[in-house]
Formats: sequence, C-alpha cells, structure tokens
Amino acid sequence: MEVRLQLKNVEKSYGSVKILKDINLEILGAKTIALLGTNGAGKTTLLRIIAGLEEMDKGSILFNGKDTSGKELRHIATLVFQKTVMFSLSVYGNLAYGLKIRGKKDSEIKEEIARELQTVGLRNFEKRKARKTSGGEQQRIALARAFLLNPQILLLDEPTANLDPYSATIIERAIMRIRGKNIVILATHNLSQAKRLADEVVHIYDGKIVEVAGAEEFFNNPRSEMTRKFINGELDY
Amino acid sequence: MQDIIVEAFRKALELIFSGNSEVYATVYRSLYVTGLGTLLSCLWSIPIATVLGLYSFRGKWLIKGIFSSLIGVPTVALGLLLYLLMSHMGEFGFLHLLYTLNAIAIGESILVTPLIVSFTANALGAADVQLRDLAKTLGASNFRCNLAIMRETVWSMVLAVSAAFNRGFGELGVAMIVGGNLLGETRVLTTSIAYETNLGEFDVAMAYAIILMAIVLTITLAINLVERLRQREMPWKK
Repeated sequence: MEVRLQLKNVEKSYGSVKILKDINLEILGAKTIALLGTNGAGKTTLLRIIAGLEEMDKGSILFNGKDTSGKELRHIATLVFQKTVMFSLSVYGNLAYGLKIRGKKDSEIKEEIARELQTVGLRNFEKRKARKTSGGEQQRIALARAFLLNPQILLLDEPTANLDPYSATIIERAIMRIRGKNIVILATHNLSQAKRLADEVVHIYDGKIVEVAGAEEFFNNPRSEMTRKFINGELDY
Repeated sequence: MQDIIVEAFRKALELIFSGNSEVYATVYRSLYVTGLGTLLSCLWSIPIATVLGLYSFRGKWLIKGIFSSLIGVPTVALGLLLYLLMSHMGEFGFLHLLYTLNAIAIGESILVTPLIVSFTANALGAADVQLRDLAKTLGASNFRCNLAIMRETVWSMVLAVSAAFNRGFGELGVAMIVGGNLLGETRVLTTSIAYETNLGEFDVAMAYAIILMAIVLTITLAINLVERLRQREMPWKK
C-alpha cells in the first residue's frame, strides 16, 4: 500500500494573526514535495504541525487514512530545523538519542551511525562535541540524525539556508538518496533546489495554498498568476 | 590601614598554620552548616524549580516573581523570624533547636531556597523551547524531554547551588541570631568576624575574613575550572 498523507482544512493562528488558512493537501506515495513560499507565508508552521510539534486550531491530519494526533505524528514524522539544535553531547550522543529511545542495541547503533556519518561526509566525527562543529557540519549531523530514524515523513525546513556550496551539495545528495523511500517535505526559498529535488511543488502564500503541481509543470507552466510572479521574483511581500 | 591588612594576612597565615583547634573547628562548623543547609535546600528547591521551569500553569509568573524578590531577603529579618519560631514560646520550640548548628543549617537552607529556585527555574525555562522540540521530534516522551532539558542545564544548576553555598557561607544574620555565637559550639566564620571586630581585634577579624574569602574563592574557581575542562574538546577525545 502506498503511503498517504492528507491535510484537511488545517488552520492555525497566533493571537489574532491567522498563519494558516484552510490548508488542504494530499500526498500520495513516497514523494519529495517542495514547499515554496515567501518569508512568513506559513511554511515553518505547517511543517511544525505535520511534525506534531504544534497544535492546529482547526482541521485534521490523516496518515494512511487514519486521523492522526500530534503525539502519533511525532512517531511518524521527524523535522530537521532551519536553525540547527544540538544536545551538548558528542556527535555520537546526538545521533544515538533517537535510536536509543527506539530501543536499538548499542552495536547496531554504532554501526548505523558510522554508516550515516560517512553518507553526510563526516566520517570519524563520532567523538567530537556536536556544538563545536561548524554550521554546515551541524546541519549535516542534524540530517544524519533524522535519516537514522528512517521516518515515514521527513520534514526539512530550509536545510541548506546559509550553508556553503559544499555542505549544500552534500545535503542535497543525501536527500536524493532517500527519494522514493519516504515522504519528504522540503521548505525552501531556493527555486533551483526545488526544481532539482522535488517531484511536486506546493506554493503557499499568506497562509493559503496557491498552487500544487508537478515540479516541471510548476516551473514551466504555472497556472496561477501569483505563482508566475513568485517564480519571476515579482511577488511583492 | 595598610598595616592592618598586612598584619591581617600574617595573622591569617599564623592562624591557619598554628594548629589552633578552635580556628579549624570554626572553619569546619561554617562548612558544616552551609553544606548541610545547601543540601537540605536542594531537596525542595530543585523540584520546585523544575516545576516552575518546565511546566506552564496559571500564576506561575507570580510565584517566580516572589522567589526572585526573596533572593535579597535581609538575613537578620529571616534570623529574627526563625528565632521566634524556634524559641521556647515558638511553634518549633519543642525541637530545642535554638543555639545549635542545626538551627543555623535550617536557617541557611531557607535563606538560599529563593536563589536556587530562581536561578535553576530560569535556566530550565531558557533552555526549554528548542531543546524540547528537538527531543520531541526525535520521538521522546514528555518525561524524556524533561530529562534531556535537565541534563542540558545541569551545569547551570551546579552554578546555582554553588552561588547558594557562597551566599550561605557569607551570611551573618541567621548564624548570629539562631546560633548565638557560642564559643566552641555555634561560632562560625562570619560570627567570629563580627565578634572580633566588636572586641577591636581587627587583625584577627580580618584574618577570619581572609580565610572565609579564600574558601569561597577556592570553591568557585574549582567549579569554574571543572566547567572549563568539561567544555574543552580534549585531543584524546577526538
């Protein structure tokens, strides 16, 4: 059975400000979705709701047809934050945290961590203090930490923002590696990155979904005028 | 003035190395009452701080505000209140605590409670949001999230406890009023300083003050050194 994620009439406000307005979205199959939008469009809030870190005011999230609570979502989805957060542990300690919660054996954890670190270009980083590594390295550690949990939904909030091209390339390659295995939702401003990585693109503006389309169609033949303006850098916000 | 200070240093060294048993006993009593007081306070202060730092509830700001304002409570006022409670006429008179080292320890445990609670609760609160989100998204339960946050802020707690120890070690009001400054019984470093100053024995008073300062400095520097070593990435750890 193909994985299926449905967002139905999701709404969220902070005080009197409506951040998300009647969001409806269906992701069928292990696709990579790029969530595009201007600053403050609601991308991060949407990711946080799907990750189960934020309560929605209205609406529901269904995973494989079943209404799923925030607590359940936290076992299905893992979010990689835009601003990386590290425990004040070694790189190994950071990577092992989620695996230990899942009751994995130490020998398995060690093996998996070594493999994953190699994938993100950080071989033999296990004993380093995570907070003492560079920004690019921390983002790669954060990605490896999420990959290790093999979540059914992987949420990436601007994973390459402010990174050097080398780190960004490694991260993109790592994302490419899991394409087709899990649902990946990637919030980004980077249009060319969305083009390279995404199967489908969702354009969100002022808390509303403006357009959902296949990546090629989205960039070559946008249906909405707002999306066309956004792609051409003409959208005022 | 300079002569007094130089003489005080000479006297301090003489007192430390003379083998005077009362000097050692005074230092021991100071360490005992403050150590016991701080440990006792940790028993309730850290759980209170954990609740204030990690949970949201109505009126939390008010409770935090009360603890913060009590940090500066005058020690003589607390000493007087405890004296009234511990005296024969007081509610706890039957315990016969007045003029004992345990009375001073209890007083100091109450004195340092607001300090430990405020510092620890603030550290937990400040660390909370991002670390909680991280732990949650990695699949941690609320209990595990709290454990992770506490582990991350353990060093702030150590600093809060050491600040509390220093506050207790240097206080006079409680020790004087509920301890009574009895020679060989409840005389501690701060009450010795006050007593010798009253007698006009400024060099002896200054010598006790230097011993007190030296102990506080040594403890604080030792804790800071441990923290520095902990933060450092040692070559052999790579």
